[in-house]
Amino acid sequence: MNGFLAILLKEFSHIRRDRSTILFAFVVPALQLTIFGFAIKTTIENIPLVVFDLDGKQESRRIVEALTASRTFRVQDRVHNADAFRRALSSGRAKAGLLIPADYSERLLRREQAQVQMLIDGSDSQVATTALNTTSLVVTRLSMGRARMVGEAAQVGPARDQHGDFAPPMDARVRLLFNPDLESSHFFVPGLIAIILQLVLVFLTSFSIVKERELGTLEQLFVTPVGRAGLMFGKLIPYALMAFGELLIVLTVMMVVFDVPIHGSLAALLTWSTLFIVTALGLGLLISTIAKSQLQAMQFSFLVMLPSVLLSGFMFPREEMPTILYLVGFLLPVTYFIEILRAVILRAADAIDVLPAVIGLATCCIAILALSLTRFRKQLD
Amino acid sequence: MTQSVIQTDRITRRFGSFVAVRDVSLSVERGSIFGLLGPNGSGKSTLIRMLCGVLRPSDGSGSVLGVDIRKDPEAIKRRIGYMSQKFSLYADLSVLENLRFYGRIYGLSPARQSEREAAVIQLTGIQPYTERLAGQLSGGWKQRLALACAFIHEPEVIFLDEPTAGIDPVARRDLWDLLFELSHRGVTMFVTTHYMDEAERCTHVGYIYMARLIALGKPADLKAAPDVTPTGTRRYEVSCTNPTAALARARTIPSVRDATMFGDTLHILLDDTVSTDALLAQIAAGDPSASARPIAPTLEDAFVILSRRHARDAA
Repeated sequence: MNGFLAILLKEFSHIRRDRSTILFAFVVPALQLTIFGFAIKTTIENIPLVVFDLDGKQESRRIVEALTASRTFRVQDRVHNADAFRRALSSGRAKAGLLIPADYSERLLRREQAQVQMLIDGSDSQVATTALNTTSLVVTRLSMGRARMVGEAAQVGPARDQHGDFAPPMDARVRLLFNPDLESSHFFVPGLIAIILQLVLVFLTSFSIVKERELGTLEQLFVTPVGRAGLMFGKLIPYALMAFGELLIVLTVMMVVFDVPIHGSLAALLTWSTLFIVTALGLGLLISTIAKSQLQAMQFSFLVMLPSVLLSGFMFPREEMPTILYLVGFLLPVTYFIEILRAVILRAADAIDVLPAVIGLATCCIAILALSLTRFRKQLD
Repeated sequence: MTQSVIQTDRITRRFGSFVAVRDVSLSVERGSIFGLLGPNGSGKSTLIRMLCGVLRPSDGSGSVLGVDIRKDPEAIKRRIGYMSQKFSLYADLSVLENLRFYGRIYGLSPARQSEREAAVIQLTGIQPYTERLAGQLSGGWKQRLALACAFIHEPEVIFLDEPTAGIDPVARRDLWDLLFELSHRGVTMFVTTHYMDEAERCTHVGYIYMARLIALGKPADLKAAPDVTPTGTRRYEVSCTNPTAALARARTIPSVRDATMFGDTLHILLDDTVSTDALLAQIAAGDPSASARPIAPTLEDAFVILSRRHARDAA
């Protein structure tokens, strides 16, 4: 640990004088979290709908009302000929098109099966799936309502509820746990914290070391009796402290701006976060032992960042991935950390619940630190 | 009694198939200023880095202050100072902060630290700039600060890799005065340079060419070497009104062994058998102002001749 204090104090002087580091470490993450937290939204609402209503009577208006009342659709346009209907969809102005035939009300009255056609733009599978499900649900509900009316008139029905009214024969009681309002921010913001923390930490540490390599100051240090450990810890600890401050800031943003409460133990959350911070610093150190220039350090950091965003389960559920990509996720420390964050923040998970993820993260941490320690030598090559 | 501080024996460094330093053997005495010369890429920096313990030799051995550079490079690092080719202090720290930083790195006690700070500030005269950021110093002052940092722990040997590259002549002379000052205090200097006039100031010089050390000794001895002025030849400086034309003519004469321009004069290595009058008649016929005077060879002459011979032998 020779020279540890010297390096530590020097590093703090650098950070104090370099406003961009402070900005990058404290302000940018808070801003990023706010912006991305609002931008990433998976609850799909207000799908633009074009209505081509050839019937135009009360029953046809009722089905349009039922679709828009769900908030999944909003009427973008009403058209009066087939060309305009097609055009609205092909131009992308509308993502769904409802065609109500002229005999719709007529057939309902005659108790014949009436049909409506829903054309859905399948380009965006998520939007399409939502449109599809909502349409089926709305039409089923309307059908059930009519069926019940008919049943009541004839005094026949498949089942009765506890009040003795006619009811569907089966009823599922669904209760949403942990995120009852299905706020997508509750799911994404904790994951985003992990991603942002890693981004900032890996960049800051790898840059701070590679910069010294580029400037030649690292070579100068190699010629002094400074110890390997002193040099490494002296450089990393200031960033670890900054990262901890940054973590507190983004957690605050999460709670205040996105209204995501921490259901689990804060102490546990901070402990596991510290483990992740150390891992991310190790990753930065590892990159700095490979990269010869700041440009290369940036390229390597992106090489780590991209799978961290795409394969960690931050954006897409890992269970859906092809086996090989699913396995790659296990190599990323951020995979475990996202799991831990979501578990502790949303589900109030305790140490036993997150133990597998903690073991995974600790393994990554030890492997990365061991690898960077063996690669980090006081020698030029 | 002289004592060898730096010693290498057939030290070699390869980078893949490229040999940067090949079989260099040298010895530097305590208190001397050893100048290592050679073109860019000839292996000067590689040799220095091996001696400082940051680059492992591929072959051969070396020791600094009696410590083997392979076995215990860290022990050497405590006792040497190093000033690298480019400015490698922290530009965003002040002069004093840089000095403090290096003092701490070398583990100086607070009392010793302030004593040494005062000593190197006084030595380099950097007092007026102690609060200035290192990045805002001029080239010459940056070099002085680098030297101050390299000397903060009072090393016995200082390695300087092209310390005067790119600084103005006044700063260059000041820096050399500093080096002499340190040398008088018994500090051994190992300096690489491009400048021949700096080489002349060194107590010992080595010339490295295509990874090999092809000359080693005191400047005066090297200049007096028989290779430089072979028996039966002498050196002259020729002044005339049209030196360019004279040079072209001189190079066609068999008894002229070597001819080069030197400012507006010619330096000619001439066979003893030919008189200066005969030479002038051949190269500057009809020029009454033409004259020739005998001169001693310079270090440059010595290095040029040795490099040529080496290139010829290698071919």
